[in-house]
Amino acid sequence: MGGSFIDALRCVDLDIVPGEYVAIRGQSGSGKSTLMNIIGCLDRPTAGEYWLNGDRVSTMNDKQLARIRNLEIGFVFQTFNLLPRMSALANVEVPLIYSGRKRKHRFALASAALETVGLGDRMSHRPSEMSGGQRQRVAIARALVTNPSILLADEPTGNLDSNTGKEIMDLFDRLHDEGNTVIVVTHEQHIAKRASRVVRLSDGDVVSDTYMSES
Amino acid sequence: MLLGETVRISLTSIRSNLFRALLTMLGIVIGVGAVITMVALGTGAQRQIDKQMAALGGDILSIQSSSWFSRGVARNQRTLTTDDAAALSRGMKHVSAVVPEINSRYQIKYGNQNLNITTIGTTPNYPDVHGFNFAYGNMFSAADEAARKRVVVLGAEIPEMFDADPAALIGRTIQIRSITFEIIGVLEPKGGFGWRNPDDDVWIPLSTAQFRVTGDEFVETISAKIAPTSSTEMAMLEIERVLRREHGILPGNDNDFAIMDRRQFAESRQEATQVFTYLLAGIAGVSLVVGGIGIMNIMLVTVTERTREIGVRKALGATRGNILLQFLVESTILCLLGGLIGLLLGATASALLARYAGWQTAMSTGSALMAFGFSATVGIVFGIWPARRAAGLDPIEALRHE
Ligand SMILES: Nc1ncnc2c1ncn2[C@@H]1O[C@H](COP(=O)(O)OP(=O)(O)OP(=O)(O)O)[C@@H](O)[C@H]1O
Ligand SMILES: [Mg+2]
Repeated sequence: MGGSFIDALRCVDLDIVPGEYVAIRGQSGSGKSTLMNIIGCLDRPTAGEYWLNGDRVSTMNDKQLARIRNLEIGFVFQTFNLLPRMSALANVEVPLIYSGRKRKHRFALASAALETVGLGDRMSHRPSEMSGGQRQRVAIARALVTNPSILLADEPTGNLDSNTGKEIMDLFDRLHDEGNTVIVVTHEQHIAKRASRVVRLSDGDVVSDTYMSES
Repeated sequence: MLLGETVRISLTSIRSNLFRALLTMLGIVIGVGAVITMVALGTGAQRQIDKQMAALGGDILSIQSSSWFSRGVARNQRTLTTDDAAALSRGMKHVSAVVPEINSRYQIKYGNQNLNITTIGTTPNYPDVHGFNFAYGNMFSAADEAARKRVVVLGAEIPEMFDADPAALIGRTIQIRSITFEIIGVLEPKGGFGWRNPDDDVWIPLSTAQFRVTGDEFVETISAKIAPTSSTEMAMLEIERVLRREHGILPGNDNDFAIMDRRQFAESRQEATQVFTYLLAGIAGVSLVVGGIGIMNIMLVTVTERTREIGVRKALGATRGNILLQFLVESTILCLLGGLIGLLLGATASALLARYAGWQTAMSTGSALMAFGFSATVGIVFGIWPARRAAGLDPIEALRHE
């Protein structure tokens, strides 16, 4: 591409155990989203290996990957990635369709997820009819709706006011308390403080990896 | 994932861009419509010929003057005469009846109405040989014929053409070429008879036609009924021998007449119609294929346009198979919908052609099913490539697509 190669990530040697709450920090362009994509089984490292739950991801086939993305991982994208021609409710239902849930079931789960992020009254709106913060919350509801064991959130509160942001982070805390793994990319100190571990990236390298004492 | 869910997703995406969906379908609509109409026309023509075949007796040969070449120019000259007819009615072994015909179109006047009608001068055995029945009155007799009487028998549709009650016409007079004729009979309708409808003809005695109307001895056609125990070939050979003798044709020279087995003629017409139907349906089929290619084009554009959507779906757990099925179902639905609209269009077009152009058409469930099956096949065949492209997309690259 273009002629020059950029290593979005270079020396990353991370071991994340189930149930951890990790915050990833770093400047813009330091490779945070790239790392998240690899963890989320969307991207593959050009060199090196990624093991998930004892399986090497690079050897998995399409069906296995789809299953993991669908059931194990909830991904809140930095750019939301909502489907523009569908209502908020239909967007949240998408992962449930691929896990084969019945219609009635889907509706119940999706509307409950939207309620939890405070969008119970916006379910039939399309993304284009919603504010940035509302879209972000639809994306969060979609990541939570399958009750994933690994939640990946790329700046999930970037478009939210501090109050709503706090509610969302409380939600993440609850998910973590239930024994799930939470990995959050954030620039904000007070969010990073909730995590039990902070990984710092700079130019594709892990420059620090700190375990925080519970406070 | 359930097929029903996939269908629902496809319907939603079709509905969200209805105008484009309609444009996409247009090729299939036209293709299926054309196939349906063409097959309906062909089947209609076929049915008509079948009916004519049934109306034709199988045992009548038709003898006509044949055109021949003289100094490189085709001459369509009459060579058959009333004498030939007389010769053919004497002492024949394989021919049981002979009916000569003098055909011309004349101005016929009834009251103050004038119509141009085919007038056939013939012998009294005409209705028997050709299987006509009388609605009112009778055929003229041998005595009428010998006396060159001015009597006329009307075809079933003639009274209506003159706005007259058929029963009341018996005993009235009409003028043929300003000669007054008495109406002595009206026939029952018989319907199509090869290339003409005999129900709008009138019949007068052969001698009357010859001496009072045309003034010459030529006849257009001589129909010969094959004797019950004889074969078509034997009758043909006998007729040929007699006519060559009558016309003084030297051995080695060509006949100046032609003997036709009308049934055989109708059969070859039937075959020609069938070939023609296949040809038309084939051409219409080509437009179906073109329509399919149109669908493929639009589906490819759709895949490119919806790359991000595909990425999102994959990121949320869609397998390759899910995406493949979604796009395949979408193009199949488009084709089936197009096929359905085309079916309605074709049915309407056939009905309109039958009504306003007077063409025989016949819709069949067979052609409807065929068109439907074909459009489904087109949808799948031309949907596979775009669907495979969509399914093969890498999720992260699809998500980065602008
Ligand atoms: N598809 C790509 N092709 C080439 N380079 C890429 C591609 N995607 C990302 N990069 C590069 O990789 C680096 C890391 O990108 P990444 O999106 O991971 O940064 P980030 O840490 O998430 O930044 P931000 O905080 O702004 O979201 C950047 O320098 C970017 O230019
Ligand atoms: Mg990023």
